[in-house]
This record gives sequence, C-alpha cells and structure tokens, in this order.
Amino acid sequence: MSLKNVVAAGLLMAVMGSAASAQSLVYCSEGSPEGFDPALYTAGTTFDASSHPIYNRLAEFKVGTTETIPGLAESWEVSEDGLKITFNLRRGVKFHSNDMFTPTRDFNADDVIFSFDRQGNPDNPYNKVSGGTWEYFSSMSMPDLIKSIEKVDDYTVVFNLTRPEAPIIANMAMDFASIMSKEYADAMLEAGTPEMLNQAPIGTGPFVFQAYQKDAVIRYLRNDDYWGDKAKVESLIFAITPDASVRYQKVQAGECHVMAYPNPADVQAMKDSDDIVVMEQEGLNVGYLAYNTKVAPFDNPKVRKALNMAIDKQAIIDVVFQGSGQIAKNPIPPTMWSYNDDVRDDPYDPEAAKKMLEEEGVSDLSMKIWAMPVQRPYNPNARRMAELMQEDFAKVGVNVEIVSYEWGEYLERSKAEDRDGAVLLGWTGDNGDPDNFLAVLLGCDAVGGSNRAQWCNEDFDKLTTEAKTLSSQEKRADLYRQAQVIFKEQAPWATIAHSVVFMVMRPEVEGYVVHPLGGHIFDQVGLSQ
Amino acid sequence: MLTYVLSRLLTFIPTFIGVTLISFSFIRALPGDPIVVMAGERGISQERYLELQQQFGFDRPIAVQFWDYLTGVLHGDLGSSFVTKRPVWDEFFALFPATLELSVCAMIFAVFLGLPAGVIAAVNRGKLFDRLLMSTALVGYSMPIFWWALLLIIVFSGNLGWTPVSGRIDLIYYFPNPTGFMLIDSIASGQSGAFLSAVRHLVLPTIVLGTIPLAVIARQTRSAMLEVLGEDYIRTARAKGMSPFRINGIHAVRNALIPVITVIGLSVGTLLAGAILTETIFSWPGIGKWMVDSIFRRDYPVVQGGLLLIAVMVMVVNLTVDVLYGVINPKIRKR
Repeated sequence: MSLKNVVAAGLLMAVMGSAASAQSLVYCSEGSPEGFDPALYTAGTTFDASSHPIYNRLAEFKVGTTETIPGLAESWEVSEDGLKITFNLRRGVKFHSNDMFTPTRDFNADDVIFSFDRQGNPDNPYNKVSGGTWEYFSSMSMPDLIKSIEKVDDYTVVFNLTRPEAPIIANMAMDFASIMSKEYADAMLEAGTPEMLNQAPIGTGPFVFQAYQKDAVIRYLRNDDYWGDKAKVESLIFAITPDASVRYQKVQAGECHVMAYPNPADVQAMKDSDDIVVMEQEGLNVGYLAYNTKVAPFDNPKVRKALNMAIDKQAIIDVVFQGSGQIAKNPIPPTMWSYNDDVRDDPYDPEAAKKMLEEEGVSDLSMKIWAMPVQRPYNPNARRMAELMQEDFAKVGVNVEIVSYEWGEYLERSKAEDRDGAVLLGWTGDNGDPDNFLAVLLGCDAVGGSNRAQWCNEDFDKLTTEAKTLSSQEKRADLYRQAQVIFKEQAPWATIAHSVVFMVMRPEVEGYVVHPLGGHIFDQVGLSQ
Repeated sequence: MLTYVLSRLLTFIPTFIGVTLISFSFIRALPGDPIVVMAGERGISQERYLELQQQFGFDRPIAVQFWDYLTGVLHGDLGSSFVTKRPVWDEFFALFPATLELSVCAMIFAVFLGLPAGVIAAVNRGKLFDRLLMSTALVGYSMPIFWWALLLIIVFSGNLGWTPVSGRIDLIYYFPNPTGFMLIDSIASGQSGAFLSAVRHLVLPTIVLGTIPLAVIARQTRSAMLEVLGEDYIRTARAKGMSPFRINGIHAVRNALIPVITVIGLSVGTLLAGAILTETIFSWPGIGKWMVDSIFRRDYPVVQGGLLLIAVMVMVVNLTVDVLYGVINPKIRKR
C-alpha cells in the first residue's frame, strides 16, 4: 500500500466517525459505578448502571412519575391494620444467564426472601460479602420496620411489619430492593466467589450485563426473554466520560446519543443547536437554609419569616444556578404528589423585613451561615449562595459571618442542637414519597439528626405521623398539604431552590422520558434510522 | 555495576517504609471520617456507625492498624476499597496499563521532538529558530492542561473531525483486554481497523500529556548543549576539521545527555502520577483519576495502596535512570 493510500484510508476512517452501530444506544455517563449490586451503594451513577438496566423490583416507579406500579409483584394487598402486606408474584419471569451460571428455574418467592434477608439478617452468608453495609436498607428503617418475611407459596410472599407504614410500597420500588437470584447466589457461594453477585450481575431486567471496564465502558445486551416490554435497542453502551464539556463534544460528534449533567453555561448553546435536543424537568430535590429554631432569636417564627423576606431568591437562581434552578416555596419539589401550589411564598421585601425585625425587638443581629464545601444538584455553589445571602441580610441590618467545614465534619456538626448559625443544605428524594422529605427532614424524631432546623412542631408532626399510617394516597395528600401550610407559617427554613435537570440528546433518540427520581432509564428508548 | 544496582536496591527499604508510613498517616490526617462521608446527607445511626467502625477496623489503636497494614503489604495484600469492595491490587492493575501506555507514548513524543529541537536551537543560538523555539517552549510549559486539551478537542475532534473526542477505542470494537494495553490488545484481537482506532484515540491525549515534558526537555537539552559546545574538546574537534554533524550530533549530544536523562527520569514520575487532568478530560481509564476520586471519598486502602505502588514505580524509574548514566558515561560506571 502506498503512502497515499495509507493516508486516504486514515482520512476515510476519520470521516466515518465513530458512533457505534445503529442498533446500539450510547449513553455518555458521568462516572463509574461503585459496583453492580444496588443494595450495597447509594450513588445515582451506580443505580443507572445496575438497578435500572439489570434488575426489577416488586413494585416499580412508572417512568416519568413518582407513582408506583406493579413490577415483579403483579399485585399486593395491605391488611386492615396495615401490618401485613401480601405480594402476589409474577409467573414465568426468567433470570439472565452468563458464563458461570444458567438458571434452572423461574423467579419465585425464594428470590424475594433472599434479596431482603441478606441485608437484614447477620447470619445470612451474604450479609458480610463485599463488605456489605446496606446503607439504604438501614437508612429507610427497614430493620425496625420488617418483622418477618414469609413465603406462603412459590408465588406469594407476606411482609409482616412492626407498624403501619404507607411509604413501604414506594420503598419496595427503590434500588436497594432490587431482586437478586437466590440460585445464582447459592451457586457463587459454592464456587467460592460470592463477590460475583456484585461484579457479574444476574437480574431479571430489560438488559443483560455483558462487560465492564472501570472508568471506560459498560456494555449490555437486550434481554430477549424479558417479561415486560422488550428494550427497543439491541445493545446499550455506557461510555464513561467524567468531564461535562467532553460529553457535550461527544454528543456533537455523534460518539454518544444521550448525556446527562451538562454544564449550565452550555445549555443555551445546546438549545440553539439544531443537532441537539435538550429536555428539562425539576429535580426531586430541595436546597434550603435551616435556622436553628432552638436558639434565640431564631426561635421566634417572625424573625425567621423576616429573614426569609430579605433573601433575593431570583438573584440566587440567576447567579448560583445559572438558570438551572427554580425558586422553592415548599419543602417538597413540585413534581411530587401532594405538592401544595396554593402556598404563597414569602415575598422579597427588604423594607418590610427590616420593619418586622424592629417590631420583634431584634437589632444589631449577628449570625453565622454555614456553607457546604461540596457541590450538590440542589446547591451547585454554597459559598456563592452564602455570599449573596450575606449581602441580602446586610441590607436589613443583619451581619453575617460565613463558615465552612470539611464535608464529613459539616454533616456531623450541623446536627448539634445548640449549633450556632443557619445551615445551607438540601435533600434529594429517595422514593418519591412526601414522607421522605417532611418526616425525615422536619419531624420531631429527627431533631438532633437530619432535622437541621431542630424544629419540632406538634401540629406538623401529628399530620405527618398520621399520614404515614393511612393507605389512601388521597387522604395522605390532604394531610401533607396541610403540613406544608404550617411549615410556611412557621418558617423553620428558607426554602431556596429546586434544581432543574437537563438531559441532552441527539435528534435521532426516540422515547426518552426524564425521570423525576433522577435515574436514567433506557429500556424504552429507540433510535430512528 | 551489579554492586551499584544492589546498593541502590538496599536504599529502597527505608524509602518503602517511609512511603508506607506517610501514605498511611497523611490520608488519616485529613479531616473527614470515611463512614460519615459515605453516609452523606442521609446520616447514620450511632449503632450502625460503631458496627461499621468495627468492620473497617477503625476501633483499634492506630499503631495496631498500621502494623496490620504493613504486614499486609509485605504479604502482598493491600486491602480492599471501601467503595467498590474490590482488592486494591486488582483495581490498580486493571487501570495501570492505560496510564502506562499513555505515559510511554507521551514520553516518546516529548523525547523525539524535544531532543532534536533543543540541539538545533543550541547550534543556532540567538537565531530566529532558537528564539521561536524557546518562546514556544515557555508557552507549552505554562499552558493550563485543561484549556489546552479542550482547545485541541474542539479544533481537531469538533471542527475538523480528524480525531475522536475521548476514550481508548471506538465502541464498535469489543474484545478482551488480556494485557490492558490497547495498542497490543487491538492487534491481538485481529479485528480490522481496531489498531488504527486505538492509535487515533491516543493522538490528542499524547500531545496534551507530552506538552510539558516536551517543553522541559527542549529547554534542558538546549542549555546542556550550550555548555558542552563551549568545552575545549569541541573546539579541538572543530579545529581538526571534523564535520559539524559529527561534532554536534555525536560528541556534543552524548555529553549533554546526562542532565537531559535526569529530567526525563523526573518527568516519568510526574507523568505516572500527574496524568490526572489528561485522564479526566479524555475519559482515559487510568490511575490518576482513580486516586483523586479515592481521596475525596476517604477510601483509605486505595489511597495508601495506590500511593505506595506509584512510589515504587518512581523508585524503579529513578534506578533505571541511574543505570543509564553509567551506560552513557563510562566515567560514572567505573566510579
């Protein structure tokens, strides 16, 4: 081959570009999964790569909503006293196979029991495998809540609870509740390689795990035996690309079809481009400033209210979120059921705020604002946010000192009931249930823990506690709406923002739905030719 | 020569223990409890906290923890990552070939361009080429890697479409990676076009990672050459009527190489450990990004083990450089 031909061949390769074949959907993901057993981890990046493509759960979230629909359980009944939930399992569901394992039976009750028992029972051989810490299982209070799990027959399982708990169905749709194959687990235990459950996953989901190279690529193939609607593409590839600008370049060059987490500064250019489609939705999160309601003068709701009125939230959205956020007025995001849109936000009115503070006898107030040292979707730049608040508060005569600690320290110290100062923090929903925000972040039980406002209001607490015991979503929503009204009157937090989530894709991508719970789900996504 | 190498190997022992101790204590000196960092906003109950402390061995005295770690290391056990739960050893060797491949390419790029450029600049001291080269080298040395990488991507991948944006090979190619070196594995796979694809993916990261060493080597070569060119024996050679090519290309270069080799040796250490930015931008699955992620997550075993392994690599490179001195300069060998 002459030199000219070599050069020509090289150029041809270059011109051909490098998108994988039309039957493959390439997703530029932001990082490597920690592993493939979702119950061991808590990161969304891990769930995108494990629970969504590979596994199913008893209940599933309907993509695009926080509603639960039947998954591996075709239906369920809750007993009158709310202490017993009977799941009727789906028949004929096949587990995947790989080089080490071929299933000999369909999914059944043993798999359900194994999936939970390994997380809660210290005697289960898998309890300590892969350094199992089962973070979600314990942080969703499963050990206290589940008294026992009984197998009635191969296709009926009963969960006996210690107390009625309406959000448990939503918990069953969470990633940690993914159903693993007991047969595979037993086989790997026998082979002396139990860690394979985490490294070479076997599930019932729409895609079969094929290969993974850390920090490079994850490959999946369509599960042609899938019990539900089969995936639209033959293979799914995650091209791990940590840098957001590079992800953008890759989508432009056709090396990826879909990407998440664009730089906010790039979003406008993406929207203007003909070759790129941008989808957006409010994230299931809230960023807030929590006063310490146990320390004077912040124990006075009027003082808190006045300070809330001094904050120019629009400026924060523009500067800190660069448009990728939306002003928050309630402690739960608007995509969540029971969101009370009738609540009126505190208006931005420094003059009135100053007057209110004077009326309450507060003058020469000095306070601290804690700024988180890390970036979070609900607060991309806490330092900048704190500086803006410092300026706002100065206008009403309040002097602010900004403090910060290393992230672990910050989380620990901000829990103290005698903490000095108001804390910037936030929350991302786990299961789409309002209880996961209102009780976890504002309940009396959480004072000294995740209730950073140290706020315990009897009326509010009564509503949220009662809502937890009801099975009717309509009745629960009604109580949560009332609770949001009390929250706004009492103002334990200044609610700042909900982030806006952007998904960026090429025009040939069809059927992508932004999921409010934050996951990136591809089984019903196709490519037009 | 052998005694020389052996005596150098002996000095490895205290360095090794020192590195183990430093890596063990530095990561622990950073504020931030790995268990609290792991739990995040969700928090963790006291009971669960104590349980995890016990599981990770943090409840034991620090000296005992260090002793366990040291004996583990001597038995070839670096522990398992808190996050991925996989042995540090496995993770390192899954990622290291990618870093090595990129570093070697970057080094070849830097040496093959930097050496001749430095020589030519020295020979043409004060002329246009010299000035041009030295100012370019200064720019290369001070350019922010992030900016340089993105600029190259936007021009060559985005606008011209000559090179892929990131990754190690086109996703259509799928084959096992027994060696972890994409250039070798792509040939071994027998898939047509795979090797070319791997080469194309290497071009931009090689240029980006090689830019700083290239600038350093060019400058170092120039100044070493200038020194040598002023020596008496060079004047003698000129007076004898030897051709300029023989004078510059053989006598001068060989004598100027010692300081240049030192710089190259030092650069290898920086390349191995310092490829973090290049690896992040080009989605290159190497050890740089792995280490930084682990520091943020307070993943003690990975940080300790990774630092130790990188330190060992740097020690080996330094030893190789010392041996090379002897090869190049017989005076050192005999000493």
